[in-house]
Amino acid sequence: MKTKNLIVSFTVLMIAWVLLNWTIDPVNLIIGASISIFLVVVFCSKCELFTDIKITPKAFIYTFIYLFVFIIELIKANIDITRRVLSPKLQINPGIVKVKTKLKSKMARLILADSITLTPGTFTLQVEEDVFYIHCIDTRCGDDVEKATEEIVRKFEKYLEVLYD
Amino acid sequence: MINPEMIIHVAVAIMGLAMFLAMIRFVKGPSVVDRVVAFDSLTVTSLVIISIIAVLSNRMIYFDVAIVYGLLSFIGVIVVAKYLKKGL
Amino acid sequence: METIKLIGAIMILMGSFSLLIAVIGLLRMPDVYNRVQAGTKASTLGAIVSFIGVGLYTVESWGDGNWLGRVIILIIFILLTNPVSSHVLMRVAYFTKIPLTKLTKTDMLKKDGNTIIKEGENE
Repeated sequence: MKTKNLIVSFTVLMIAWVLLNWTIDPVNLIIGASISIFLVVVFCSKCELFTDIKITPKAFIYTFIYLFVFIIELIKANIDITRRVLSPKLQINPGIVKVKTKLKSKMARLILADSITLTPGTFTLQVEEDVFYIHCIDTRCGDDVEKATEEIVRKFEKYLEVLYD
Repeated sequence: MINPEMIIHVAVAIMGLAMFLAMIRFVKGPSVVDRVVAFDSLTVTSLVIISIIAVLSNRMIYFDVAIVYGLLSFIGVIVVAKYLKKGL
Repeated sequence: METIKLIGAIMILMGSFSLLIAVIGLLRMPDVYNRVQAGTKASTLGAIVSFIGVGLYTVESWGDGNWLGRVIILIIFILLTNPVSSHVLMRVAYFTKIPLTKLTKTDMLKKDGNTIIKEGENE
């Protein structure tokens, strides 16, 4: 469990190094690897950022599907915001609703909260264990927790379930 | 053929207008949080303008300025929020 | 080459329109919560589209320079930090008891016994 965390952290740092230097010169790679190993051993031996990520071919494919879904939602969010902002009479109907998630992993919850923030008309206000309080710009479901969960969380949750334990 | 550099100059002018409008919210904002939100949007706009200046003047070092500026503004917003929550 | 540069310039123009819409949202919305929403979403996509445009515009120097790597790092950075900082801001707005607008339909957080303010009192 612990080695997986170290290996994934090392890979992320290495990718950042290569992107910043934009070369695959061996000397450069050795310097980057030694700096990454130092940082991973000092800072990542106690943290548990990537302990519950899954490294399987299926998870790899689902990462790309998730990114695709996310980008589509991001563009939809902007069309939605543009329509609301530019219409002469402000069409807003705000409210705070409550949703529940089935995800257990901390990292998956973080990604879910970030995704909710960037999708049309919803914004994560407070997270407590498995309950999210969400500020909606257009409340359609009111106090109904089940209906709000179905509408806001489900479309991301089914992909994140595959990616994280 | 339209000159691409011309289009970029128009885009920078639009971003300048956006920064001016954000300044109105920054001065007017009734609460501190309004001002910080306006500041955040000013930061993102100026990040884009810095990167465009880097491209037009063909100096890569300005891009590093943009990266560091983004980092510092993120930390600044977090610190202001922490201060308002009486946790600093 | 020339076509890719033109596409990049047009993407920068689209991004600048998105940034302008974010700021118009900041000016028009009635309370802090809606302002944060409009500001964050539109400015995040505006910045990302502009950076992709910058990446395409520098197509001639992809081989010898590292423009593309830095552009990718900036995009990932904006995508990770912008939602977090605005989420923190909205929580702080709720903590300092800035009132919601009169148009608000429902407030589940208040009905469940406002946990954000309780958290602050414990510290």
